[in-house]
Amino acid sequence: MNPVELLSGVLLGAGALFVVSGGVGLLRFPDFYTRNHAVGVTDSIGAGLILVGLLLQPISWQTAVRLLIILLFMTLTSPTAAHILAHAARRDGVPVWHEGYRRR
Amino acid sequence: MTTFALINVTLLGILLATALAIARMRALYEATMLAALLSLVTATLFVLLDAVDVAFTEAAVGVGISTVLLLGVLALTRSWEAVTSQRRRLPGLLVVVLAGGALVYASQDLPAFGAADSPVQLHPVTDAYLYESQDEVGIPNTVTAVLASYRALDTLGELVVVFTAGLAVLSVLGPLARPEQTRPGADFHLADYRVIRVITRLLLPFILVFALYVLFHGEYGPGGGFQAGVIFATGAVLYGLVFGLDRAQQVIPSWALWLFICLGLLLYLGLGVATMLLGGSFLDYDVLSPGHPETGQHLGILLVEMAIGTTVSAVMAMIFFSFASRGASR
Repeated sequence: MNPVELLSGVLLGAGALFVVSGGVGLLRFPDFYTRNHAVGVTDSIGAGLILVGLLLQPISWQTAVRLLIILLFMTLTSPTAAHILAHAARRDGVPVWHEGYRRR
Repeated sequence: MTTFALINVTLLGILLATALAIARMRALYEATMLAALLSLVTATLFVLLDAVDVAFTEAAVGVGISTVLLLGVLALTRSWEAVTSQRRRLPGLLVVVLAGGALVYASQDLPAFGAADSPVQLHPVTDAYLYESQDEVGIPNTVTAVLASYRALDTLGELVVVFTAGLAVLSVLGPLARPEQTRPGADFHLADYRVIRVITRLLLPFILVFALYVLFHGEYGPGGGFQAGVIFATGAVLYGLVFGLDRAQQVIPSWALWLFICLGLLLYLGLGVATMLLGGSFLDYDVLSPGHPETGQHLGILLVEMAIGTTVSAVMAMIFFSFASRGASR
């Protein structure tokens, strides 16, 4: 196994880990803002690492360009969506969780 | 093969769970979002079945424009479903069980998945579409060849359906019903948020260029007029959502949308009449370029896709704009 393959595997594994942790966070975190943060992690760093990992696989340059465009698109849209969701929730007065409150 | 089966079973499981969740849910905004998920999973299943064109349409229409249109409708009505009394649920249950049972019973007659002796595989027209289309039409994407050339009359029918449905929606709910009523000015715009304004400005050109790419690349890859029209309309809807309806109406005035709705259909019909005047049959593109039938086919398919894209995008944008400019009446 050459170093590039190894790096690709590590990146894919890390991305999958982030996606799973995002899913766990979505189910376990106590309020809207923290759950929104967990979902944002899934989309941005999780999918991002998986895409970079796929870029290091032996693929044609046409596929690589497509993956790069998807990566760019995800980098732009996913944090924007998370940001605007949190903004809208704050505007609507969704309360922030504090230590000792119950989950909502 | 087992991996393929595993992915299929997982996706069908997600599909079933989502459908059950939608049926049990009474908050309609959440149900709309889950309906988008349903379309996305369906599109993934179509990709697995190698039906990329259908998957593309499902993704663009089901996830993109219909979600936005449903949200636009919900902004006009209550977003919470009323409780149905136990007694009135029984007829619904009966209908669902009967219809579902009929479907399951009918599915017994379907050929097995991937069966080589199914009518689709055995019928001579399959060979004609798959092999002779390369000589007769000369474009790599057989789906587009069938849709825009061999079955161009059926596609014209589909476009007429889109046109008629758009007109019906607009005359019942849109500006034709109550032209004087407009929504009072919103107290805030999404454009006040710098992040969303900048990102929208950044992405809009790419969305519109992608729509054009899908339109003109339909002969070589998945895509075509319907998908391109929906993507183009999505760009217009995004602009209207972020920068407000007034600015969107300045960019694309209503009369232009009305014009485009009719222009697309007229272009399609006019092409058919033109081929007849040139001595061919209705929508026979060979006569468009005498001596070079392939050039004629290319030209005809391109014009037809443009016609479809124009009408579809104008109808979608018009429906969204007219919903969004109505005052909420509860």
